[in-house]
Amino acid sequence: MRNQQATKLIFDLSQPGRRGTQFPESDVPVKPLADLLPADQLADQPPPLPEVTEADVVRHFVNLSQLNMSVDTHFYPLGSCTMKYNPKRHERWAKLPGIGDLHPYLDESRIQGMLAILYEMQEMLGEIAGLPAVSLQPAAGAQGELTALLTAAAYFQDKGEDRKKVLFPASAHGTNPASAAIAGFECVQLNSTVDGLVDMEELKANIDENTAVFMITNPNTVGLFEKEIAEISRLMHEAGGLVYIDGANMNAILGITRPGDFGGDMMHYNVHKTFTGPHGGGGPGSGPIAVRDFLEPYLPGPVLTKLEGDDGEPFYSLRDPEKSIGRVRSFFGNVGILLRGYFYLRTLGPDGVREISEIAVLNANYLLAKLKDILPVPNGDRCMHEFVASAKILQKEKGISAMDVGKRLLDFGFHAPTVYFPLVVAEALMIEPTETESRATLDAFADAIRQIVDEEPEFLHQAPHSTMHSRPDDVAAARKPVLKWSAQAQ
Amino acid sequence: MSYTFTTPEQQQEMLQEIGVNSIEELFASIPQELRFRGDLNLKPAKCELELEQEIASRAKQNQAGSGLTCFLGGGVYDHFIPSVVDEISSRGEFYTAYTPYQAEASQGSLQVFFEYQTLICQLTGMDVSNASLYEGGTAITEAALMAMRITRRTNKVAVLQSVHPEYREVLKTYLKLQGAELVVIDTPEGTVNLDEVIATLDEETAALVIQNPNFYGNLEQVAELADAAHDKGALLICSVDPLSLGVLKRPGDIGVDIVTAEGQPLGIPMQYGGPFLGILACRQEYMRKMPGRVIGTTSDRLGAPCFVLNLQAREQHIRRDKATSNICTNQGLLAIRATIYMTLIGPQGLREVGELCCQKAHYAAETLSGIDGYELAFDRPFFKEFVLRCPVPAEEVIARAAESGLGLGPKLSLFADGLAADTENLLLVAVTEKRTREEIDSLAEVLANGISERILAQHA
Amino acid sequence: MDPAELKYTKTHEWVSLDGDVATIGITDFAAGQLTDLSYIELPDVGRTLSVGEDCGVIETVKAASDLYAPIAGEVVEVNGALEDDFDLLTNEPLGDGWIMKLKVANATDVDALLDHAAYLAHCETEEH
Repeated sequence: MRNQQATKLIFDLSQPGRRGTQFPESDVPVKPLADLLPADQLADQPPPLPEVTEADVVRHFVNLSQLNMSVDTHFYPLGSCTMKYNPKRHERWAKLPGIGDLHPYLDESRIQGMLAILYEMQEMLGEIAGLPAVSLQPAAGAQGELTALLTAAAYFQDKGEDRKKVLFPASAHGTNPASAAIAGFECVQLNSTVDGLVDMEELKANIDENTAVFMITNPNTVGLFEKEIAEISRLMHEAGGLVYIDGANMNAILGITRPGDFGGDMMHYNVHKTFTGPHGGGGPGSGPIAVRDFLEPYLPGPVLTKLEGDDGEPFYSLRDPEKSIGRVRSFFGNVGILLRGYFYLRTLGPDGVREISEIAVLNANYLLAKLKDILPVPNGDRCMHEFVASAKILQKEKGISAMDVGKRLLDFGFHAPTVYFPLVVAEALMIEPTETESRATLDAFADAIRQIVDEEPEFLHQAPHSTMHSRPDDVAAARKPVLKWSAQAQ
Repeated sequence: MSYTFTTPEQQQEMLQEIGVNSIEELFASIPQELRFRGDLNLKPAKCELELEQEIASRAKQNQAGSGLTCFLGGGVYDHFIPSVVDEISSRGEFYTAYTPYQAEASQGSLQVFFEYQTLICQLTGMDVSNASLYEGGTAITEAALMAMRITRRTNKVAVLQSVHPEYREVLKTYLKLQGAELVVIDTPEGTVNLDEVIATLDEETAALVIQNPNFYGNLEQVAELADAAHDKGALLICSVDPLSLGVLKRPGDIGVDIVTAEGQPLGIPMQYGGPFLGILACRQEYMRKMPGRVIGTTSDRLGAPCFVLNLQAREQHIRRDKATSNICTNQGLLAIRATIYMTLIGPQGLREVGELCCQKAHYAAETLSGIDGYELAFDRPFFKEFVLRCPVPAEEVIARAAESGLGLGPKLSLFADGLAADTENLLLVAVTEKRTREEIDSLAEVLANGISERILAQHA
Repeated sequence: MDPAELKYTKTHEWVSLDGDVATIGITDFAAGQLTDLSYIELPDVGRTLSVGEDCGVIETVKAASDLYAPIAGEVVEVNGALEDDFDLLTNEPLGDGWIMKLKVANATDVDALLDHAAYLAHCETEEH
């Protein structure tokens, strides 16, 4: 049923002279451009963009959208990504006149409604973290990590300490070491125990007066709560270092336990995951950070403060913290995504927020229980909001890989779990059902996997069978990269 | 509101299947003393109707929002967004999907991003584009880090003072801990003096970073600056206004090595500063040093052409601390908006929107600088934005205009490191294709009647 | 090349010294780990390398390994044939799959490298 014509590349649909939008005639006196701009800078002709009609554009992109799986259309248990339902009301509110159309350089006195919302968001994120000082600026989780590390570096520098080492477990997201490297730190990777937790002996052996930060995801990437976290924090603090909590897995612990209460000094949120900013095919994200009060002076500016106005009403104002590390991006932050997170928290309240984690953890454990006999979970019978199953035995006995299972799931109308991450589990399938799925969906998913593992390996190697394409050749793509359409190639 | 879809009875059955008696037991791995007991200090839940009423009243407190005639600039502009952009980008199949790791389940997003990369190359005249970065400021910064890797010059980057002050601040934040020096070349005349650039760049400089049109709206001598950079073995990084490229020469055609841009003008609402779109495109030879997601073509098991994430070996999930960047997302949804916008307007539309902005900005500049007490701060060619020197602090002018429903700003004194000269009376004015002659004339009237008459009276 | 005659690094490069020119490549062990090779980046001729400096990258679709200079020196030649024929590297890493030649800055650098027996012992430990 694919519309082959409309889904050609837009460049192949181009016909000279067509256009999809009109602009009015100028209502001011028109002068020759050469009188206004230097002749040597004027283009002879506009760039060779495609020329299509509005109807071409609509049909092309609507058809393309239908080639995607998405949360709106499919169960999407992509581990670590928290693909939960995105409430539609958020979309409407984020676009309201007076909300979605504010220019960032409007005077703060004229946008008190927006600043009040953002201030309240700061407060809510601080409360859920158990860490009082919040910066809403980082554009995504990875930038949140970097921002927190820069904040830590400024703090140490201010104390006259030159600490260079950042520690993280082998199960860490790749962004942790990448952010640490950009922040100018030296990266030290620690092995995990066989249970998938931080190896305390290895940690002790690596903590010294040169250690700046220990970065840890908690619950960690195999879906376990690091139960030694209080001791880890104590050891780090004793050595004068700081503990960073990667908040990628906050969906498991909202209102259950707080990073600030278990020893974290800094953390980032992924608002697009935990608080339903839509994932947008890869972004935008939003990665606010929360830190302890003694780190507040170093946060990037601006942050919001609540003052008392002349009329006795609150007045919200932007300010730069006194020893700020400076900006990490232009303008205030990814406000559009922060707003969606704000709306979500306001429709949930304290009970609703805790319920998210309770049901997310229930759903994950239920799925784990239904699958563990066919897809063993090396790190135990219980998990938090996600778990990592292994197709290692399946691979050894039948030649069926994690990738085969993931690809075949697409035929059953389920998005694949995250495969081959974390690196510490062989043939990993990382499954995160989230709280917004019904038991019927979870049952159907488990049934599909049970059916798949009994299928012929050869058949699975060629899966998926029902999608438009199957098993694209990644090697050919990487050997001779073709990253754009060009007229000559056609 | 609740977003969970299991009944209490079902939950009991699920617990039984798991082999526990309560949800509480599932949290047993969290030590008791670390548990948070009691309620988070959050406001009680509101339902959709209640919260909509509250949000609507908050929106009204933002008097500056709807109904404001926007002459604000400084990197974010009130350009026209065709309705098709909103309609298509709000399709759930696009906005509730994630990074296209599973190519078979993501051909829609992948093809759009491939088209985006092609459109950015066509627009800028560059060879390769990534699938987007966070926004304009981090795009410049990623380009500078990229130039340091390419040239293996890790000590120094030079930037013109006429580059957006917030972009420069981001650059400074990132470079500081890399141990690299950021040399700022002054632009007191509103554009840079070429001799000063030649004198400043040396064999240790990784890149010269410029913006064109620059923060003040003025045009820099891009081709000459490219020569100056290349003479010292440095790269030229240029941040552009994408909507200027229907009128101005493309950066790829005049010697720029890495182009960046804030993509907000390409169909993205202002949203109080984000999310926006960081554009980055470069010459072919630097392809593998590029940060960010990249989409490529390949063929599937049966030989049919299709799209995949490509060049992943550069990225953080594989290279970890050696990655080209820590970035993990692109700005997918905004890249989709920009793709739709560019295909809708096409080459002629791009030219027209650029001409309209340019003509109207010049009409506005002439009109406003004709009022007693007002003048243009710089005598330089500009595109759609210019700096106006007011007879009183710019802040007063902004406040006066706001009373008449006209939005102005930013005042240059907002930036600690704006200009060498006294900035208190300087105001940036942007004019897009949306502004009418009538609106420009009424701005002139407000400035004349509200301010200049009062000043003249005081001096009389 | 006779493996027994070569010197090795823990990062799986081999070095063969002939006068003041050293030929450098990756070992059989390293080449055996490479599946689906997609890209090789070689250093520029004329570049001066210090011991342990990153000087190239070998990429597969799912992994990337840096190439480190085992000894200091100036790059006098690189094996351009590798860029067109990845099989050379995977099939003949000690022969036609060599990577670069350095004009050695300090001949004693070589003394710090592993001999064949020590290198094999090192590979043992990595396999476990």
